[in-house]
Amino acid sequence: MATTTGTRALTLDTLRGSARRRRKERLVRSLLLLSAGLTAAISVAIVLALASEAIRFFTNIDVAWLWTDRGWFPRRNLFDLLTIFVGTLYIVAFAMLVATPLGLGAAIYLSEYARPRTRRLLKPVVEVLASIPSVAMGFFALTVINPGIVQTLFDTTSTFTLAAAGIGVGILTVPLVASVAEDAMHAVPRDLREAAYGIGAKRSTVTRKVVVPAAISGVVAALILGISRAIGETMVVALAAGATGGSPRNFDPFAPGQTMTGAISSLAIGSDQVRGADQAFNSLYFVGIMLFLFTFGLNVVSQRYVRKVRRRY
Amino acid sequence: MSSVSTAGTQSTVRLGLQGRRADVRGRMFQATLLLMLLLSVAVLVALLVRVVSDAWPVLSERSLDFLRSNTSSIDSRAGVRQGLLGSFILIGFVAVVALPLGVAAAIYIEEYAADTRLNRLLITNIRNLAGVPSIVYGILGLVVFVKIMRGITGPEIFGRSHVSGGLTLAILAMPFVVIVAMEALRAVPNSIREAAYGVGATRWEVVRSHVVPYAAPGIFTGAILSLARAFGETAPLLLVGATTGFLSTGNASFLETLRGPYTSLPTLVFAWTRLPGEEWQANAAAAIVVLLVAILVVNAVAIVLRNRYERTW
Repeated sequence: MATTTGTRALTLDTLRGSARRRRKERLVRSLLLLSAGLTAAISVAIVLALASEAIRFFTNIDVAWLWTDRGWFPRRNLFDLLTIFVGTLYIVAFAMLVATPLGLGAAIYLSEYARPRTRRLLKPVVEVLASIPSVAMGFFALTVINPGIVQTLFDTTSTFTLAAAGIGVGILTVPLVASVAEDAMHAVPRDLREAAYGIGAKRSTVTRKVVVPAAISGVVAALILGISRAIGETMVVALAAGATGGSPRNFDPFAPGQTMTGAISSLAIGSDQVRGADQAFNSLYFVGIMLFLFTFGLNVVSQRYVRKVRRRY
Repeated sequence: MSSVSTAGTQSTVRLGLQGRRADVRGRMFQATLLLMLLLSVAVLVALLVRVVSDAWPVLSERSLDFLRSNTSSIDSRAGVRQGLLGSFILIGFVAVVALPLGVAAAIYIEEYAADTRLNRLLITNIRNLAGVPSIVYGILGLVVFVKIMRGITGPEIFGRSHVSGGLTLAILAMPFVVIVAMEALRAVPNSIREAAYGVGATRWEVVRSHVVPYAAPGIFTGAILSLARAFGETAPLLLVGATTGFLSTGNASFLETLRGPYTSLPTLVFAWTRLPGEEWQANAAAAIVVLLVAILVVNAVAIVLRNRYERTW
C-alpha cells in the first residue's frame, strides 16, 4: 500500500471521498431540507387556506352584519364580533386568574424551595396535568366546576357559564405557565443568589428581589403564552360555556356565552344543517383567521421575551 | 467561654443572625407557594375521583361489554369500540407521517443548517406553529383534505374519512415533534461529533451512526408524548368530520376503512357529554376513564423512560 500511494501527492480530491458517497450525502441533505421546508409550507398553507375563504366571506356580506347588538347568530346573518370577543376575553380573564397564581406559585416553589427529592416527585405530577385531554376538562368544568364552584360562589343558576369554562381553561394552562416560568428562573445564575445570601438576605427576599426580577422576561413570556393558549382552547368552551349555534350579546360572565373557538366548533358540528345558509358556514374561516393572527402575534411577542432571558445569561 | 455549652452558642448565633425573631413572612410566602402547587395537584385528583365515580356504574356493570360495543342511540348499549379503533388509526397516521418528517426536519435544523437569518426564521416559525390553536389546524384540514383533496381522501363521504382526520392530526403534531427532537439532538455534546469527523466520517454518517443513537431516548420520549397529545385531540376532528352520531361498520377492507367515515374516543366523549340524562353522563365518564388510562399509561411510560435513559454529560 505504502509503495503505491506514497509517491502520489495528497490532494483535496483524495480526501473528498468517492463520488457515490458524495452523491448520497447530497441526496440525504436535500431530503432533510425538504422536511424542514415542509414546516414553512404548513404556515403558508394555513394563511392561504384561511385567507382565501375569509375574503370570500367578507366580500359576500354586509359589513354592518359584523356589529349588531342582537348578538352572534350566523344562521340569521348576525355576526356580532363584539359578542365573541367579549366571550373570549372573559375566558382569558378567568383562565389567567387561575393560571397566574397556580402556575407561577408552582414554578417558584419548584425552582427555589423544593428539595431535589420533592422536585422529582412533584414535577411529573404537574406534567401529567398537561396531558389531561381538554375534552375531559370540559366534562369536569360542566359537572364539577360550574355546580360546585361557580353556582355556590356567585348568584347564578345557569348550567353553562363562561366563568366555569374559563376556570377549566385556566387549570389546563397551569402546566404551560409553570414550565416556561420555571425554565426562566432555573436559568438565573447561582452567583446572583449567592451574592444576595452573602449580604444577609432571606430566602424569600432572594426569591422576590433577585430571582423573579432577573427572570421577569421569562415570567412575562409564560403569561403571554398562557393567554394565547386560553384564547385557542376549544373543547372546554364548547362543553361548558354553552357555545351553541348562537348567543345574544352578553356582558355577564356567569351566564352562557359564545367565544371565537366556540363559534367555530358549533358551526363545524352543525355544518350539515347550515349548508343552505352559505355565509354562516363561511364565517368560520373569518373567525379562524382572526384566531390565528391573535395567537400567532402573542406567540411572537412571547418568544421575544424568552430570547431576552437567554441572551442575558 | 468554657462555661457556655456549644448548643447554647449555636442558637445564640442563629438568633443573632436572624434578628431575634422567626421569619414569619418568609414562612408564609413559602407556604403560599406550596399551596398553589398542591392546589394544582388537588384539581388533578378531584378530576380523577369525579370521573371514576361517575363512570363506576357503567364500568362495573358492563366492563368488557363497554369496550366491545359500537356506538348506539341507546345508552345501555353504546360502547367505545369504534372510538378506540378510530383513535388508533388516527395516531397511526401521526406515527407514520409526522414522526419521520418531524425528526428529519429537526436533524436538518440542528445538524445541517448554518446560523443564517432564514434558518432562524424557520425555527421561529416552528415554535409559533406549536402554539397555534388546534382548531385552526382543523380548518386547514377542512380546506385541504376535505374540500380540495376530496377525490383522494374519500369521494363517497365528502372527504370526511380517517385519511383526512389522520393527516390533519399529523400536521398538528409535526411542529411539536420537531421541537422535542431538536432538544434531544442539542443535548448530544460536540465531542461525539468531532470524534466521528476526526476519523473521516461524512456529515450524514456522523448524524446517523453517532448523533441520532445518542439522542434516541430523548427523541423516542418526545415521540411518545406527541402521540399521546394527538390521541386526546378533539377540536380539529370536529372540522374534518369525525362522526358524533352513529357509525355503521360493515365488512370493509383496510383501504376502504381508511377512506371511510370515522369517529374517535375523544369525539365520543364530547358527543356523549352533550347528551341529556345521567346515563349518558355515566357513559361519557366511562369513555373518559378509557381515554385517560390510555394517555396516562403512555405518559407514565415516557416519563419513566426519560428518567431511566436521561444522560448528563
